[in-house]
Amino acid sequence: MTQSAIPSPKKGRQLIDEYFIETRHRVIEIAAYLDRLDRSGDPATTSDFRSGALREALAVLCDGSYPRVDRIQMIFSDPTTEPRAELDQKAAKGAFDPEQEKG
Amino acid sequence: MEYIDMHAHMVSRTTDDYHQMALTGCVAVTEPAFWAGFDRGSADAFEDYFRQLTEFEPNRAAQHGIRHYTWLCLNPKEGENRELAKEVIERIPKFLDRPTVLGIGEIGVNRVTRNEIATFHDHVQLAIEHNQLIHIHTPHLEDKYKGTRLIVDALLQYPEIDPQRVMVDHAEEHTIEMILENGFWTGLTLYPQTKVTAERAIDLLERYGLDRICAASACDWGHSVPTAVPELILALRRRGHTNELIRRVVYENPIGFLGQSPKFDLLPRSAPGRSARSSEAPVEVGV
Ligand SMILES: [Zn+2]
Repeated sequence: MTQSAIPSPKKGRQLIDEYFIETRHRVIEIAAYLDRLDRSGDPATTSDFRSGALREALAVLCDGSYPRVDRIQMIFSDPTTEPRAELDQKAAKGAFDPEQEKG
Repeated sequence: MEYIDMHAHMVSRTTDDYHQMALTGCVAVTEPAFWAGFDRGSADAFEDYFRQLTEFEPNRAAQHGIRHYTWLCLNPKEGENRELAKEVIERIPKFLDRPTVLGIGEIGVNRVTRNEIATFHDHVQLAIEHNQLIHIHTPHLEDKYKGTRLIVDALLQYPEIDPQRVMVDHAEEHTIEMILENGFWTGLTLYPQTKVTAERAIDLLERYGLDRICAASACDWGHSVPTAVPELILALRRRGHTNELIRRVVYENPIGFLGQSPKFDLLPRSAPGRSARSSEAPVEVGV
């Protein structure tokens, strides 16, 4: 559903006028990040679990179906439902690592 | 515009930050107990922290005309240590009658472990026993969805809990619905990189409406901005929203939740107390 409880006071073209430049900037930043990884020449950058999640997320940006942000959030999320047996590390990494979970 | 920052770890911030918050319209903050960036070594260390939260910070805030309230607990990052958690939980009740303690928080889970969940349940039971409001931290990044799911399901097991008296904080696009549809309050945390930006917070307000949603800086010792709420106000104006709507988000909604505690009021600390008990009758701040 693309409806809102509270409609944005700014509409269509006005939203583009307001937010295009900063969004364009973010897309270029992503491109530069991916190029930086390529220049490092390390194939591990492609196989890293975070890179895999990022590729999946980028595909969602282009498939035209709403809501992109909710779907991307789930790509980066731990899909399991059982608690961990014990604490492995204090900090989260930003994407789910299936290999680590297999232990 | 006057605002309330629902979640600010002021022990990690400077007096200059209080100054900036006061200049930008902050009239009250609530500070949940959390992790210091390292594990505290003993229950005594937690007691000292609770004294800092209930004695030192309210005075520091008052010097800037800001009311300071707090929530007490052993935070989720240290919840794995069951022995320490039990010891700390035993010591919390003697602080609960202090005039600025609103309830138990921020409790929850971090990496969603069995021990963290057990510690979470201990805190929930403590809140029920002492009829306290509850403030809940949901985990970061890849752990957020799973952790929020387990927390919401755990809370629903307690028939004694009124969801209107529970704030499940740090909601994002993939967790907000399960929180709101079960009757809890929720918070949007305005962080530069993790959690939500001001623009995404506004998207969520537009999608889900204004009922039971608050926003906060959750500023702490990490990358965070103590004036994130006024930044949200600015972003809401940029989007074209009215002052009436903005005031509801940053001022009236926090009063709606926090006013459920008889201790919460917005008069200057020196004035005789008057309670702000519901969102129908928001209390004006004294000059
Ligand atoms: Zn916090």
